[in-house]
Amino acid sequence: MTVLGQLALWLALLLGVWGTVVGFVGGWQQRPELIRSAQRATYALAGVLIVASIGLLVALARHDFNVAYVASYTNRTLPLVYTLSAFYGGQSGSLLFWAVVLAVFGALAQWLTSRRYDHLLPHVAGITSAITLFFVIVILFAANPFERLPFTPADGNGLNPQLQNPGMVIHPPMLYLGYISIAVPFAFAMAALISKRLDTGWLHAIRKWTIVSWLFLSIGITLGMWWAYVELGWGGYWAWDPVENASFLPWLTMTAFLHSVMVQEKRGMLKKWNMVLIALSFMLSIFGTFITRSGIISSVHSFTQSAIGYYFLGFLIFAAIALVWLLMSRMPVLESESQLESMVSREASFLFNNLLLVGIAFSVFWGTMFPMISELVRGTQVTVGPPFFNQVNIPLGLGLLALTGIGPLIAWRRASPRNLQRQFAAPVAAGVIVAVLLLALGMRSFYAMMALALATFVVGTITQEFVRGVGARHRLHGEGYPQAFARLVGRNRRRYGGYVVHLGIVLYFVAFVGQAFKTDIEASLQPGESVDLRSPWGHTYTFTHLGVSQYEELNRFTTAASVEVARNGRRVGIMKSEKRQHVDSFGRPSFEPSTEAGIRSDLREDIYIVYAGSVAGTEEAVYRFTLNPLVWWLWFGGAVLVAGGVVTLWPGASSGAERRRAMAGYAASLTGKGSEVAAR
Amino acid sequence: MKSQRAEGRYSRREIIGLSLAALFPGALLQGQRAQEGDSATTRLYRPDMAGRPRDRITDYENDPFIIGIEEQLRCTCGCNLDVYTCRTTDFTCGVSPALHREVVAMVEDGRTAEEILDAFIAQHGEMVLMAPKKEGFNLAAYFVPGAAIVTVGSALLFALARRSRPAVDVAAGASGAAAGVSSEDAAKLEAELSKLE
Repeated sequence: MTVLGQLALWLALLLGVWGTVVGFVGGWQQRPELIRSAQRATYALAGVLIVASIGLLVALARHDFNVAYVASYTNRTLPLVYTLSAFYGGQSGSLLFWAVVLAVFGALAQWLTSRRYDHLLPHVAGITSAITLFFVIVILFAANPFERLPFTPADGNGLNPQLQNPGMVIHPPMLYLGYISIAVPFAFAMAALISKRLDTGWLHAIRKWTIVSWLFLSIGITLGMWWAYVELGWGGYWAWDPVENASFLPWLTMTAFLHSVMVQEKRGMLKKWNMVLIALSFMLSIFGTFITRSGIISSVHSFTQSAIGYYFLGFLIFAAIALVWLLMSRMPVLESESQLESMVSREASFLFNNLLLVGIAFSVFWGTMFPMISELVRGTQVTVGPPFFNQVNIPLGLGLLALTGIGPLIAWRRASPRNLQRQFAAPVAAGVIVAVLLLALGMRSFYAMMALALATFVVGTITQEFVRGVGARHRLHGEGYPQAFARLVGRNRRRYGGYVVHLGIVLYFVAFVGQAFKTDIEASLQPGESVDLRSPWGHTYTFTHLGVSQYEELNRFTTAASVEVARNGRRVGIMKSEKRQHVDSFGRPSFEPSTEAGIRSDLREDIYIVYAGSVAGTEEAVYRFTLNPLVWWLWFGGAVLVAGGVVTLWPGASSGAERRRAMAGYAASLTGKGSEVAAR
Repeated sequence: MKSQRAEGRYSRREIIGLSLAALFPGALLQGQRAQEGDSATTRLYRPDMAGRPRDRITDYENDPFIIGIEEQLRCTCGCNLDVYTCRTTDFTCGVSPALHREVVAMVEDGRTAEEILDAFIAQHGEMVLMAPKKEGFNLAAYFVPGAAIVTVGSALLFALARRSRPAVDVAAGASGAAAGVSSEDAAKLEAELSKLE
């Protein structure tokens, strides 16, 4: 199968070149036979890369240790699910994963896109084929997963124990899917630029792709946080590591794009800006791959340093030059069709939301790259860690949270003082009341208090929208409240799904607040000894060390320390934290021991126990006990966010109405050049 | 482990005991302790498989002053974590416990936080700080993002203020008519839009 895989890669190279050439030439000359050929090339490219992927999966499943990649990332004792997930656990395998998913997305874009956008599809085929071709070149000439060893080892090295976690089975593919799927809206945007068809057609064509891509990125990032929390044992979920930052950057610009695209749909404004945002998102997704794999910035998540960084750098430079040229040459056709009429309007609030999102992206990028900049300018490397990022980004994040509540409630074009009062009086009052209450209860952390007050404000605005909408349907159509609710959401999924997504974001902020109140203590305890820790909610937790046991399981030797936990003297239960020594098929330790934290979650706080080791090889255990408030809300926020995204994406009868509405809004904006008809 | 079993190091009784330990670790431990008749710590059966041996925790490990200093210092093992997080997380790291002992020694010498940080900078360079000191070129790290946002935001405000134009309320149908759309059309369009909304 590996020979077939290798052959499939070479075929992919040829198909990539063919798809790129006939895609662009066919689109340019409008020759139907070339256009058809480009389309078929995308399907064939997906097919051969699927074959190559199956080849690697079979090699992994069969423990073909003559294949260097299989020997490097698996061994005989590794459970099958992790053996297969090693497909994207290493450098060259993950590049193949990237290439195959991109090719499949490219083919799906051709297959699923409505015939109304046929004029864009040849260029789209050319662009997706070109990007896939780049990855195939990197795989074939710099990181080939089918490379063979001159001998066959009896067993492989195994997979890093920290990657042997359910979170790691699903987190990388989700993040990759997010990164990779940005290529599709990017391809449509570039196709619109190349073909100079810059009406709202390309925006409609990519709407679902954009949301899907954003959702995958969100899920991938959240699962990454979950994995870091349960697996790394430091009691946190975000460390502003360069690779975490690299995943956050395209998320920020995609979020900005999702908002600013509405302004273009409704008012025909921000055309240049939207092009810049989608191009930037794509470039940042490649940049993330570059810094993960080039080794230019030190990170715990990085793959081994290798020459492929140069390939990515070359691609980034080439793509940047091509993009700048394309944008500059199309400036005249990207003029706005209408103008902003008031600073107090939804357009303006979306503009400021974009300013903050891109500002945060810039500050994260700047902080990530500053060690390199400092070395270039001063010859001195510095560290830019969490203290810097928190200091710079927390105020910006709070500004963004405020705009999350403000933006959706302001009228398009111009909001009157009456409109503002009607929309904001109750939510602002709720936010102020919460701030005062928190002050009275003794909260002195300014940022935490602001975050909770603003979260209340945003929840107030969302609740008000739902209550008014349901009330209106109840009054006008005589529907019962549940039915009115279902129909309200069903008839305008994009809007109300968006509100649910906002609610998810608010829950993230609530969880972030908890980090300000985290408490922990280290203790070495003999069996029967206890230590107390007071939680920010005022409870006293008592941790009693029960003992340490050791046993073999699966592919490891486990040392488990057990603790009885009591809250205010009442027994909560027994928790366990482990030290795992993974072994190969000969029973030899294969990696450094890893730690499994004991975690017990509830709505208020997580009890997080880490067994650090034993004193002098005895049952006297060293622990770190952490009380982590509000962490549960992070995972719940993630689920709410995904639910909102699904509502937004859900196909239904309203799509036609939505399209009509969007077109009507757009038409109104055109009419509005002279007529001043409010779009809402 | 497999190889040890092959050498016959475990008796049948021990194997049964270990199996029980895997199923009911807590119960077995209770039994062990009861057998020994006191709460004295017993030796682990495979200490070599339980990670690096640890020292007993003293008051210094939980001292907020020391933790505060360690949170500003980067562990030099290459993990990107601060000394406190590394020593309480990466239990395979030998560097962060050593750096912790250095901090404790300096605190015992009566040095201030500033003096301790300076001593680390002198020894390891500026890179040992988790965030750049706010001086000289490093100020760019802190102020460029804010300055960029303020500059772009101000430019945006200025441009928008210049380009924005007064609009007339929908109700004022006359202006619509003046601009080429009749008041009936305007009302019809608005009715249509509100229906879609």
